[in-house]
Amino acid sequence: MSHTPLHAEFNSIAALRQALATRRVSAHDITRSALDAIHAHTDLNAFLHIDAELSLEQAHQADQKLTNGSDLPLLGIPIAHKDLLVTQGWRTTAGSKMLGDYVSPFDATVVRHLRNAGAICLGKLNCDAFGMGSGNENSAFGPVRNPWDHSAIPGGSSGGSAAAVAAGLLQGATGTDTGGSVRQPAAMCGVSGIKPTYGTVSRYGVIASGSSLDQVGPIARHALDLLELLDPISTFDPADATSLEVCNDAANQAGRVRNDYNTVRSAQKVNGSTPLKGLRIGIPDEYFSTSISPDVAATIETALQEFETLGAQRVRISLPRTALVVPVYYVISPAESSSNLSRFDGVRYGYRTQEYGDLDDMISRSRTEAFGDEVIRRIMVGTYVLSHGYYDAYYLQAQRLRRLITNDFRQALNNQCDVIMGPVAPAVARAIGDKGAPTDDWNADIFTAGVSLAGLPAMSIPCGFASDRNLPVGLQIIGHYFSEGQLLAIADCYQNATDWHQRKPESL
Amino acid sequence: MMKWEIVIGLETHAQLSTASKIFSDSSTHYGAQPNTQANQVDMALPGALPVLNKGAVDRAIRFGLAVGAEIAPRSVFARKNYFYPDLPKNYQISQFDLPVVKGGTVSFFVDEQEKTVNLTRAHLEEDAGKSLHENFTGPHGESSTGIDLNRAGTPLLEIVTEPEMRSAAEAVAYARTLHGLVVWLGICDGKMQEGSFRCDANVSVRPKGQEKLGTRTEIKNVNSFRFLERAILFEARRQIELIEDGGTVIQETRLYDSDLDETRSMRTKGDAHDYRYFPDPDLPPLMISDDWIERIRKEMPELPADRRERFGKQLGLSAYDAAQLTMHRSTADYFEAVAKQLPSGQAKLGANWVLGELAAALNREDLDISDSPVTAVQLATLIGRIIDGTVSNKMAREVFTAMWEGEHDRNADAIIEARGLKQISDAGAVEALVDQVLTAHPAIVEEYRSGKDKAFNSLVGQVMRAAKGKANPQQVTDLLRQKLDG
Repeated sequence: MSHTPLHAEFNSIAALRQALATRRVSAHDITRSALDAIHAHTDLNAFLHIDAELSLEQAHQADQKLTNGSDLPLLGIPIAHKDLLVTQGWRTTAGSKMLGDYVSPFDATVVRHLRNAGAICLGKLNCDAFGMGSGNENSAFGPVRNPWDHSAIPGGSSGGSAAAVAAGLLQGATGTDTGGSVRQPAAMCGVSGIKPTYGTVSRYGVIASGSSLDQVGPIARHALDLLELLDPISTFDPADATSLEVCNDAANQAGRVRNDYNTVRSAQKVNGSTPLKGLRIGIPDEYFSTSISPDVAATIETALQEFETLGAQRVRISLPRTALVVPVYYVISPAESSSNLSRFDGVRYGYRTQEYGDLDDMISRSRTEAFGDEVIRRIMVGTYVLSHGYYDAYYLQAQRLRRLITNDFRQALNNQCDVIMGPVAPAVARAIGDKGAPTDDWNADIFTAGVSLAGLPAMSIPCGFASDRNLPVGLQIIGHYFSEGQLLAIADCYQNATDWHQRKPESL
Repeated sequence: MMKWEIVIGLETHAQLSTASKIFSDSSTHYGAQPNTQANQVDMALPGALPVLNKGAVDRAIRFGLAVGAEIAPRSVFARKNYFYPDLPKNYQISQFDLPVVKGGTVSFFVDEQEKTVNLTRAHLEEDAGKSLHENFTGPHGESSTGIDLNRAGTPLLEIVTEPEMRSAAEAVAYARTLHGLVVWLGICDGKMQEGSFRCDANVSVRPKGQEKLGTRTEIKNVNSFRFLERAILFEARRQIELIEDGGTVIQETRLYDSDLDETRSMRTKGDAHDYRYFPDPDLPPLMISDDWIERIRKEMPELPADRRERFGKQLGLSAYDAAQLTMHRSTADYFEAVAKQLPSGQAKLGANWVLGELAAALNREDLDISDSPVTAVQLATLIGRIIDGTVSNKMAREVFTAMWEGEHDRNADAIIEARGLKQISDAGAVEALVDQVLTAHPAIVEEYRSGKDKAFNSLVGQVMRAAKGKANPQQVTDLLRQKLDG
């Protein structure tokens, strides 16, 4: 593209917000520009549904409010939602043929919060069907392409979200993370993403995959942009029974994450050129001894040295049950999914097969025709591990191990370090279509799924490029429960000293 | 001939009387247009999540306290997975290995014999919707099945007994007592025809004296006490005949057909579902604090057992009468209002009337005692007239019927007056009648004097006839004895 589109001229949400507030630009023009960019990049296949009318109407309302001096934090900022979040107006497909033409009569709580904060929705973003996958190849609507290399996967399952941000189509997007689905695509697309503490963000209106693991998290370029998007959605929701009312001593409401960020950031600034002085970074032995590609390991190492330059110190820690993470995750997550996806039966809504015999046949055919291989694979695994005679050996055993895995993280964060750092994925994005055995992708969740099992917050920030294809590498920062503000402050500090997050694909 | 013992355990679904559903805020009101009381949670739309209605827990606690059970400080909701079109999520949220109420007992009378049955547990769960098979046509006019989700998500308390009942009569007496109790507690409206109280019966038979239980069958969804009794009688007889003919009972679910008065197989254990129970990750464990239990305890009404004891001690009623009167709170309240109007020591007469004449009349017209046309005070006035000798018990029955029909604003005194039913209380008038009869029937007098006691009753009858029934029989007896023996 010869010139930078209007909406992409602004380097951060704060900068754009400032330009909107001073009426230097209008929400309408920004939205128009973003919609044009989306049209220009349909080859990425990042969006599943856009409706310019709806978006421009929201922009129109934003402009009116801006004129009236409203100070809503995201007023006029264009974003989009992963297609697992239900939206009124835009279709919600979950990336599956099962919900190919489904329109929800209500908005997800997160969607509502972001709209109430003034954000403009540009549409719905492609993802692996029902969030099951880590390459976005399991979408019924075709794979998303990685803006850094169109032949590469963008990661998944929030592949559309990460690709759209990396391509500069919008300022930020929602994703959902069950075992790494925000962090891993953010890493592969060279952008930032955060999965907050389980229970801090509402799951109401998020099409459930693994209910005890699912959490919505934003994807954006900067840690500061993540703060803008995460703070308004980190709120207790009475409609979600797993939503928390308090986080440590603070009420779970907008402002909590921002306050924590400000507190940590102010403390950092006192230390001058070594803002992270005193920060103990736990480096799990197991994260570097397993099959991680050497160039990814080297890139992470460089990033860790940068953190040392910023004043932090490294601490060797052990997460001894790391090898159990994938087996445990792939028992619990499919078990929950198998039950969560039972409601998709073709009876009340969604795909129904054309020809069938009796009712059982109708349900069976509809599900077989609409779900896709990966979803069916996980339903079968989940059904198996919950079955009579196998429950104790698989599901119950996995729950016991989940507690032990959680204890390992707690033990390290309570006694040895303030945060844990390591890779997000063992390798950079592979080529689209270059799939090995289904379990190859599962095994690659080893660094992200443990955090999900423990319910801890973690983020991914770009920290360099690796492989002969020169693709982005993400650094994972894992914190203690409710430490989102701290994680963002640490990431912000790193991003002030580096420019990996500013890099854009040459094709743009 | 082998002697058989019938073993029965009951599982009862009591619909809890919350205004909204157990996991959503849509109304539980009965009888609305199909699918007008089903929101996104009840319809299991994508993204919808359940939130527990604390009112359902309040009621479960109330029940647990009433039966002397343990209220679990921590209980867990589990998913029971099976595909059925009127089960929108294709799993039912129930409780499995950690129910909210554990143990407890229910006591009741069978033929004036007191019996106590142990409860295994009581757990909270959601009801399913309804499939409408009749008079339902599809979009092209073809006969089809409709689904009404108004009932989906209605809170249920499933109350499970140990297999401790030994006859259909015991099972029915237990079910009636339980029904009275849940209505008494205000946790269930008890409307059986609307499905608010449904019983499943587990029935098996074994040779008398044998320890080991026989193979049981489960009779599903019986919604009247009469059908419950018949279903159990049929099923026990079927099992006994089957075994005596050399067959074996298979574990299965059976349905009672009231038209044919028989049970028939619904599904056998072979095609039983594997429900794949697991804790529902959408709902944290239900934690019940001591404070919560105390709050409910303070709100508890006087329990039937306590009232039964009070009726015995304070009012001198027999254990059986007291149990009958405390079967339903409305009956107990009515009786207590009657007893309050009567002179002390006369409560038994009040009990006889409430359980006898009044109960029969209510039964005939299928009315609840709280809808009785004759109020407690009106009835007490009538009973008072028996006690003070104004009317005989027999006359009082006629007065009661007139009151029931609404004569004279159901005023007993006005009816007695208008119908001339007052007993002849003037001793002189009765004595004149006695003299008259003795004079008119010298032969009978002679018979009596020669030792035939029977003749005495004949003379009483003659006097009563002469008095057109309005003499006090005791007074007549006394006077006759005086005249003949004195």
